[in-house]
Amino acid sequence: MYRYTLKRLLQGLITIWFIATATFIAMHSVPGDPLINERGVNEEIRRNLEERYGLDRPITEQYIIYMGNMIRGDFGISFTQQNRSVNDIIREHFPVSATLGILAIVFAGLGGVLWGALTALYRNRLPDIIVMFLVILGISVPSFVIAALGQLALVGLNGLAGFSILPVAGWGTVLHMLVPSLVLGLSTMAFLTRLMRSSMLEIISADFVRTAYSKGLPPTRVFMKHQLRNAILPVITVLGPAIAAITTGGFVVELVFAIPGLGRFFVQAVQQLDYTVIMGTTVFYGAFLVFMVIAVDLIYGLVDPRVRLE
Amino acid sequence: MSNLSLTTADFEPIKLQRETQTISRPSLSYWRDAWVRLKTNKRALISLFIIVGLLVFTIAGPWIWTIDPSAQDLDQLSTPPGANRVAKIVAPYHPWAGVTTEPAPISTQPTWATQEVRLAEPATTQAVRLEWDPVPAATGYRVYRNIYDPEPDGALGLPIGEIYDARRVSYEDLLDLSPTRFWYSIVATDDLGREVAEYTTLVVDVVRVITIDQAVVAGLEGPNGPLELGDEVLIKFHPLGTDYLGRDMLARLMYGARVSLFIGIIAPLFFVLIGILYGSAAGFIGGKTDQILMRFADFVVALPFLLFMILFKIAFGIGPGESGIFPMLVALVVLSWPATARLVRGQILQIREEAYIGASQLLGAKTYYLILRHMIPNTLGVILVTLTFAVPTVIFVEAFLSFIGMGVAPPTPSWGSMCNEGIQTMLNHPHELIFPALFISITVLAFNLLGDGLRDALDARMRSRE
Repeated sequence: MYRYTLKRLLQGLITIWFIATATFIAMHSVPGDPLINERGVNEEIRRNLEERYGLDRPITEQYIIYMGNMIRGDFGISFTQQNRSVNDIIREHFPVSATLGILAIVFAGLGGVLWGALTALYRNRLPDIIVMFLVILGISVPSFVIAALGQLALVGLNGLAGFSILPVAGWGTVLHMLVPSLVLGLSTMAFLTRLMRSSMLEIISADFVRTAYSKGLPPTRVFMKHQLRNAILPVITVLGPAIAAITTGGFVVELVFAIPGLGRFFVQAVQQLDYTVIMGTTVFYGAFLVFMVIAVDLIYGLVDPRVRLE
Repeated sequence: MSNLSLTTADFEPIKLQRETQTISRPSLSYWRDAWVRLKTNKRALISLFIIVGLLVFTIAGPWIWTIDPSAQDLDQLSTPPGANRVAKIVAPYHPWAGVTTEPAPISTQPTWATQEVRLAEPATTQAVRLEWDPVPAATGYRVYRNIYDPEPDGALGLPIGEIYDARRVSYEDLLDLSPTRFWYSIVATDDLGREVAEYTTLVVDVVRVITIDQAVVAGLEGPNGPLELGDEVLIKFHPLGTDYLGRDMLARLMYGARVSLFIGIIAPLFFVLIGILYGSAAGFIGGKTDQILMRFADFVVALPFLLFMILFKIAFGIGPGESGIFPMLVALVVLSWPATARLVRGQILQIREEAYIGASQLLGAKTYYLILRHMIPNTLGVILVTLTFAVPTVIFVEAFLSFIGMGVAPPTPSWGSMCNEGIQTMLNHPHELIFPALFISITVLAFNLLGDGLRDALDARMRSRE
């Protein structure tokens, strides 16, 4: 177990190094010059700027400095927002994205497991048909349309009530978080529902379930202890990719609902070609996702005793 | 002892009454069998028809509906489908001097609301000319326009005009007039230039008009011969309405489908092909090479996908707002192959142990023959399923990138960028969002259902499952 954890962590570090290098190469093969913008820059200012950002040195040295800084956890200074370090930007905006993401995962996980179990129990009956229809909608409708419709629904709701029940956009209170995180989790919830349903259908006719019934256990106990626990396992395996999907899906939701998260900042940085912010955010997100996947794998080993981690 | 008399005829073989063992049906190949099974799956079949229909829509559509997707119809901005197309022919625009009066005597009991707002002339899309009774103590007026009734919350809408002269009691509105109902509100300003609370509202139904010159340019024809003033003509027909720049939605959807479906189908083809080659090489060679190759694939999988898509586009020197179908394609292929490679490798590893491979080797089959004749055909079913499921994913990615402004640049339509434009005006002109979103959803749904059907039909192990 410990050896496995250590091995996975080491692999994770190599992956992050790979991500950082790939990002570095991609950013440095950009044709053109990050310092050229609409304002003309004379030779001297240009030299100063190059020195400040270390662009006057040979590329191998730049790479070593960049890697060295990254190991110390320093992503550099933003190109477009003077004197604001990328670390500050991440520190300030990531918690917002993380809160949104965690809520979305909770919604998606709980909803997916519950709806999946429900549809399997009511197989081919009305609740199953209705939920599966909604699931297909959730998978087929693009996230930005869902976000826009969610906002529209909020406007309608507030209009009906005559006062603001839930804020339409912005960030700050729990009320601000509810609808965006629901919208963000919706497509993942649909995906998990499908998975949970097929996994539950297999369990329902399993031998140990029949045994449990024949022992005379009450149905709720069979459901909770025997069916749900076993059916939930495949759902845990896909939580890693689901977290990745929700993190990137957050970009759209943050844009539509005007939430000051890191995703919105990243899109903005891309539009302004703010190189250090793009690099820093990419590496940060990459590292985050890599460790999330490792964590999910380790949890899977804890939950399912049949899986032996080696 | 024997009264049995045998003739030679008794030694003739008995004619078989019926054949005991016949092959009643021709044997089915794997693919024929799969096709038969797919045909019984109604959802998958309908999806297949929808996909064929979409392809016809985008390939043949522009020949039938020959309107240029970037041509603007300035008479019809953001027009929903099925809007009234009747336009009246009027004389060209003439400037209007407006109405000025002597300031009304200030009474002891000043009322701030004007007595009456009226139309100086019939309201047309050329101009809406308002005049009103002077307000005794006013120093000026402000004119507001709303597309909703300002009552009950007093939402006056857009401030479209400000008048600093108390004698001037008229306003000419030329701004973005469309043939709908507007609520104009007149608010007086007091001696400090502040707006007063009272206002008077006039409901105006704007009539669509067009001058003869415009009608001739647009190629319109009158009901009886040459166009005359006062004739009513039908302006250009846009079956799905127009967008905020007056471009035909149907034509844009057709051309947008080219981008979305092109990327959605070509990119998966390429990365699945690369995945097959890479995966089969790793699986067949095995050993250390396999280890190294698959570790590399793991790294590529770990790259944050959308972030690297964006990074790639920047690395190609394509900034926001520039079109980049090709870099998007390259980035998709470079980042997406590992999933297929893993799948194919797993399949190859499994097949390699099968007895028929050993038999084939004993008969002297060469490696390339084994791969081409046995391994790839046997993985083709799984690959086809992956391909079908990859299409909606790629369509989503394209739409997402276009939505955040990193996909196709504005003059070229794509479903994603059309959604992005539609979302800005979603409350007033929902059709601009609904149609492209509907097309994306239907395409993704069709490919998903077809993928489900193919999986059930092709993959023997998945067949029993739900």
